[in-house]
Amino acid sequence: MHYKVHVRIVPRAGLLDPQGQAVEHALGALGFGEASGVRVGKAIELSIDARSPDDARSRARAMCDKLLANPVTEDYLVEVEG
Amino acid sequence: MLKVAVVRFPGSNCDFDTLHSAQRAGTDAYFVWHRETDLKGADAVLLPGGFSYGDYLRSGAIARFSPIMPAVQRFAQAGGPVLGICNGFQILCEAALLPGALMRNARLSFVSRPVGLRVEQTDTAFTNRYTRGDLLRMPVAHGEGRFAADEATLRTIEGEGRVVVRYVELDGSPLKGAAINGSLNDIAGICNAEGNVVGLMPHPDRASDPAIGNMDGAAFFTSMLSWSPAKAAR
Repeated sequence: MHYKVHVRIVPRAGLLDPQGQAVEHALGALGFGEASGVRVGKAIELSIDARSPDDARSRARAMCDKLLANPVTEDYLVEVEG
Repeated sequence: MLKVAVVRFPGSNCDFDTLHSAQRAGTDAYFVWHRETDLKGADAVLLPGGFSYGDYLRSGAIARFSPIMPAVQRFAQAGGPVLGICNGFQILCEAALLPGALMRNARLSFVSRPVGLRVEQTDTAFTNRYTRGDLLRMPVAHGEGRFAADEATLRTIEGEGRVVVRYVELDGSPLKGAAINGSLNDIAGICNAEGNVVGLMPHPDRASDPAIGNMDGAAFFTSMLSWSPAKAAR
């Protein structure tokens, strides 16, 4: 069975995120002063052939640990559709 | 003659500078393509700068899994000298041969200019011909060179004297603010506990030929010739 998987990668809390700061600054300049705490990360979509949603999730987490996220600087979230 | 492997990845662009610098130092330097699996009897390995795999995902993240990398890992773990310059440093961090990570520059801009460096550690395979405190001038050219590590790792690196070079102003005075990339403690280069693996963001390969008017980086390459791992702790 193929499961659609969404991986969200964000800079670890507490680490300087200059992209997030720049975007937040630009939002403020555009009149969206209510926006704060902007963090810019990555979204990765993939399809995983697995026996169950739990299986797909655990494979996706293994992919994050090995390649998709850097354990030193990033955190990740995995969502499995269905 | 010392045999030196310069590993080329798709997107390496300082490979010839690095090869030239190593040859100029009096070594038998040659290229090894990333798809190869052995280092052809190398006595030292250099990972050059560039943008391997277009910096996709993260700088060095994909190159780190190249077919040649298991051989580099084994070589490094057996005490062989390995130097990563710029993208090579990023690859060594991704491969966990060096601690920490290189993140997007604090001011987002790509920095390409000469910087000042102070030599902090000379008991390494690539800095043993310098004197501690030497002031060097070398170019940097990177968008992701902000050294980051968690507090415990940073304490270990500093405590064990594993900062090899630190950014300073060109006149040797302490760096003002995050003028270059915002690296923790102005760290420009580090080494592993044994001193055989060294990584740095600045380019000694672009400062080791009289033709370009700067020889400050040349000793990174000649140091390979005189490296003998010391048993004593640093």
